[in-house]
Amino acid sequence: MTAPEPAAAFEAVDLRRSYQLDGVSVDALRGVDLRIGQGEFVAIVGPSGSGKSTLMHLLGCLDRPTSGVLRVGGVDVATLDDTRLAELRNRTIGFVFQSFHLLARTPALDNVALPLVYRGVPKAERRARATAALRAVGLGHRLGHRPSQMSGGEQQRVAIARALVGDPKVVLADEPTGNLDTRNGEEVMGLLERLNADSGVAVVLVTHEAEVAARARRRIHVRDGLVEADSGGAGR
Amino acid sequence: MRTAEALRMALEALRVNRLRSTLTMLGVVIGVLAVVILVAIGTGAKNAVEKEIAGLGSNIILVVPGQVGLGAAPTQSRLDLSDVAYVRRVVGDPAKVTVAVNSGEPVRVGRTEVFATLTGTDQNLPNIFDRPLRRGRYLSATDVDTRRRVAILGAEVAAKLFGDVDPVGRQVTIAGVRFRVIGVYETVGSTFGVARDQEVHVPVTTAQRLIGLPRINGIAIGASGPDEIEPLQRRVVAALDARYPDEKFSAVTQTQLLGTIGTVLTMLTGVLAAIAGISLLVGGVGVSNIMLVSVRERTKEIGLRKALGARQRDILGQFLIEAVLLTTIGGLIGILLGVGGALLIQELSPVPAAITWWSVALAFGVSAGVGVFFGVAPARRAGRLDPVVALRAE
Repeated sequence: MTAPEPAAAFEAVDLRRSYQLDGVSVDALRGVDLRIGQGEFVAIVGPSGSGKSTLMHLLGCLDRPTSGVLRVGGVDVATLDDTRLAELRNRTIGFVFQSFHLLARTPALDNVALPLVYRGVPKAERRARATAALRAVGLGHRLGHRPSQMSGGEQQRVAIARALVGDPKVVLADEPTGNLDTRNGEEVMGLLERLNADSGVAVVLVTHEAEVAARARRRIHVRDGLVEADSGGAGR
Repeated sequence: MRTAEALRMALEALRVNRLRSTLTMLGVVIGVLAVVILVAIGTGAKNAVEKEIAGLGSNIILVVPGQVGLGAAPTQSRLDLSDVAYVRRVVGDPAKVTVAVNSGEPVRVGRTEVFATLTGTDQNLPNIFDRPLRRGRYLSATDVDTRRRVAILGAEVAAKLFGDVDPVGRQVTIAGVRFRVIGVYETVGSTFGVARDQEVHVPVTTAQRLIGLPRINGIAIGASGPDEIEPLQRRVVAALDARYPDEKFSAVTQTQLLGTIGTVLTMLTGVLAAIAGISLLVGGVGVSNIMLVSVRERTKEIGLRKALGARQRDILGQFLIEAVLLTTIGGLIGILLGVGGALLIQELSPVPAAITWWSVALAFGVSAGVGVFFGVAPARRAGRLDPVVALRAE
């Protein structure tokens, strides 16, 4: 008997997603097979309309597949109701969005602590963990600042701190540098790389920028709702 | 998520949209204010009337000719003093029966003249009615039997005619006839708009001669106890009906007056409360409307919260708590203003106002209920938003 292999961060088998648009069925994903292991650093690349955003939403458990199987951390999402799915998002996935998605008039500390609120963590512990997360992204001096008073780079670092605060297995980053200038984009990418290397969190980033994609150890190319090429190999 | 956390978040959201929250609350504030004030006025009016009736005396039965009731035509009295004697025999205790004959007459002292209600009555009046004297004495049996020209003045009449001078022993001219003042009543206020301080009491026999008719207007009987009232009332009416088969007589008790008037005023209060309640409902619709706008505006925020792990019930709870906070804070402000307003009305106007705990509790309960009722639809909408769609919203 061999020791059981640790569950993959994501495992997709014949994943499909179609939408109804004005009565017409549009297939966004047409059968994706994919396996992303713990601690990987992956870029999902593709032109707009390729289905990469849909894939991202499915991996992030924000959406459900029309058919096929998706396992997150070994759990088949089809077996989870909306409440359990929300809990899964809360505990295993950290999100970083292109447009940051921070609460503009809420201090950085409270923005970062928000995932812990939904986990029922007591306030003192929330503050301690949010402070630590903000220090980790180099914003220990801006705890009480509101996002509206911060630069784009700082805002994205707050968002990364928020993604990290709950000790997720995976960070899903959707065009994390898309709204940033080169220098800030560079800084954010560095942060994600360090995060991946230091704490072993898997990072899955969706991008259409070749330079950003080039920094990932594995690149998955998506086109027309299918995986076109995978530099890491689906079995790994 | 804990309730305390949800409450803090909701307060924060209301604070951020301060102006909008205030305006939304205003609808509820006005509704609750209206309920509290209008019920206070209705209740105050009822209390005032009940106090007036109770102030007459206790266990009184009033016998009048004709049918008492709404729409009944006033009946010409055909009762006279022999009927009073008859009723005295029926009742058994002559001292507990008194009589009234009324007429408006001018009363003059020197050049000062006032218009007063001349009431002819007898020595038994103080046995039945609460009519304390300030000075002098009541009418005596001899005054009545010998048709003495003596008078007891109501407090207002005495004040107008004599000012600070003690009127007892002085002369007044009533309808051209001179009377000697033997007493002055204490101030008692009015009952059913009858200003009892503007009355002048004289012996019934004297009054009949002055008016020129042998009639009397009514008979008042004092029952010896509350249990005695009803049998006595029936006995007297039956006896009078037997004596005058083709006439009708009515006997009313304070309890019946209280009952009738109380019912009318309670209904009035209810109607006022209902009208005020409608404005509270309109306030609730305003809350619902604003919450829907708020959900739409914060779609992106809802999407984000869901992505971070908020469950449907967390989002629903957040918006529901916001709605309930709006209405309960509005309700509390409305109660404060309503109670303050009622006290102010009490203080500055002749309208009596009595704040009732039930109207305050009801107004608060209803405003909280309105928050739940009108908050549920927007909150459910928020809770059910699809996170993908919500995150993409602009």
